[in-house]
Amino acid sequence: MSRFDAAFARGPALVTFVTAGDGPTSAILDALVEGGTDVIELGMPFTDPMADGPAIQAGNLRSLGAGTKTADIFHIAADFRARHPEVPVVLMGYANPMTTRGPAWFANECQKAGVDGAICVDLPPEEDPDLGPQLRAAGVSLIRLATPTSDAARLPTILKDTSGFLYYVAVAGITGKQQAALGSIEEAVARLKAATDIPIVVGFGVRTPEQAGAIAKVADGVVVGSALVELVAEHGANAAGPIRDYTRALADAVHSARNG
Amino acid sequence: MNDLPNSFRTLPDERGHFGQFGGRYVAETLMPLVLELEAEYRRAKLDPAFQAEFDDLLEHYVGRPSPLYFAPRLTEELGGAQVWFKRDELNHTGAHKINNCVGQILLAIRMGKTRIIAETGAGQHGVATATVAARFGLPCVIYMGAKDVERQAPNVFRMKLLGAEVIPVTSGANTLKDAMNEALRDWVANVHDTFYIIGTAAGPHPYPELVRDFQSVIGREAREQMLKRTGRLPDLLVAAIGGGSNAIGLFHPFLDDPGVKMLGVEAAGHGLDKEHAASLAGGRPGILHGNKTYLLQDEDGQIAEAHSISAGLDYPGIGPEHSWLKEIGRVDYTSVTDVEALSAFQLLCRTEGIIPALEPAHAIAAVAKIAPTMSKDAIICANLCGRGDKDIFTVAEALGAQI
Ligand SMILES: Cc1ncc(COP(=O)(O)O)c(C=O)c1O
Repeated sequence: MSRFDAAFARGPALVTFVTAGDGPTSAILDALVEGGTDVIELGMPFTDPMADGPAIQAGNLRSLGAGTKTADIFHIAADFRARHPEVPVVLMGYANPMTTRGPAWFANECQKAGVDGAICVDLPPEEDPDLGPQLRAAGVSLIRLATPTSDAARLPTILKDTSGFLYYVAVAGITGKQQAALGSIEEAVARLKAATDIPIVVGFGVRTPEQAGAIAKVADGVVVGSALVELVAEHGANAAGPIRDYTRALADAVHSARNG
Repeated sequence: MNDLPNSFRTLPDERGHFGQFGGRYVAETLMPLVLELEAEYRRAKLDPAFQAEFDDLLEHYVGRPSPLYFAPRLTEELGGAQVWFKRDELNHTGAHKINNCVGQILLAIRMGKTRIIAETGAGQHGVATATVAARFGLPCVIYMGAKDVERQAPNVFRMKLLGAEVIPVTSGANTLKDAMNEALRDWVANVHDTFYIIGTAAGPHPYPELVRDFQSVIGREAREQMLKRTGRLPDLLVAAIGGGSNAIGLFHPFLDDPGVKMLGVEAAGHGLDKEHAASLAGGRPGILHGNKTYLLQDEDGQIAEAHSISAGLDYPGIGPEHSWLKEIGRVDYTSVTDVEALSAFQLLCRTEGIIPALEPAHAIAAVAKIAPTMSKDAIICANLCGRGDKDIFTVAEALGAQI
């Protein structure tokens, strides 16, 4: 059983996003686990994060400003894997940093660091050859995104060769903005579930335990990112404590939907 | 070069690739729209009514054809090849940018879009976009780096007069690439009603192709005018390169004429060993803003800041077709520093009574280096793609003059 399978077998999962190198990342990742996260998305900072809103843009710039290199991110991931053998880690970022040394290099580093999957925001299925074959050969999932603009005709293209989970971007827009209406999320998840057996995880615009809990009732997982990155912005070097507490509130809300 | 194609004018392929370059590297939310734009563009290309409306607007609104001008005193001063200019600075709004904006707004209307957005660096594309938006009565939002808002104040006011909302972008480095990020963020959130008029031959497929096609009016006219005036084709075409739209517009109709050499001129800023904007000379292939192309970047793929005295060339990438034309060797590329461009700017003012924009001043600087090495019956045709009114403050400051 893969780490993803195990994480989603327990019921709706909490997926948490933080940017690597923004604040004391290793302590923050431990805090996410202590708080009860099921899956970690580790953001790879990029100079031009064009799908992100102000909070995650700022996290990217803080990380790069602190001198974060791609090698540091793989160190963070590998150290995390040594401390936490069970928790799946997904690298989330943009195509240029992921492909710049060649896709085989990236896939190999992921494999060595115990990274389970990658989300490449600006690599649609049409450009899969730039990263997908090498990741799959290394046993790393390329997690695709479906959006409110993905119609029935496009879904098979998105689902082909995707594994781990499918990320449903609930709002047509950037990260950190307002939440989509629950009704539209429920409808979209049902549509996706009819087309695939892999878990459907909903993200973009989810900030509070209430929102996360409500979505957990209709989806296999919920992603919270900007709200956590804002805590890192606020607390800096002391972010681990507040991150753990907030994650616990989110996890309680998501996990209580398991029996609901 | 073994393995050269029979024609250099057939790309991109159906996936939007020029060799290894180009493509559609966009967020999934945008993919359906990008595919729809491509389908609509294919239909428009075959629709005589679309072409007729485009031609009519170019003639009566933009003022085309632009003249092809022989520059006698510059030629004499340089003492070599004859120097000719394609006068796209005489277009309505003062640059070639309007050619593309006319084409794209017609596409926007065909697609039923009711809101226009664009990015701008120097403000020329912003002004051209605001102009066509006013002409067709559509609301228009222009994203412009906060730094550029400051250094191109006259164009900011022009855009506002034309009814556009100008949003200064303070994310990242506050310049053109950040304005483009912000425009993409707007587009992703407003795909249902918004058309993004990209200002250069870059971005996700089909933009590089359609911008090239709309700008190719420059090269088609130049080819015909040159044949009519001299009975032959030029020996060398020269154009400045920001994203590469004026250059590809001039070059493309000549690509299959083996006797015509071509030179694209990037901005070398303070020098190629310092801060510059020469993506081909100082970059390597990567992925940004929807396409794979040469980019200024570090070893981790983080995008570097570009620098050029010319805000319109101050971009760390280049359109993908140029990356391909460089790799196959059909077009040569060189670069020119801020200082050389400034001196070429003054040279053209003094010899021909034409104040060029700082962007084509880079092309003129390259001409000034090459013309003396060529014979007197050789012909150079350079793209004078913008006029310099917008730049007089920048030039005054660089020359230490008070105005
Ligand atoms: C007059 C002029 N020339 C050239 C450029 C550079 O763009 P491109 O390389 O797409 O022609 C600009 C961009 O603002 C411009 O205003």
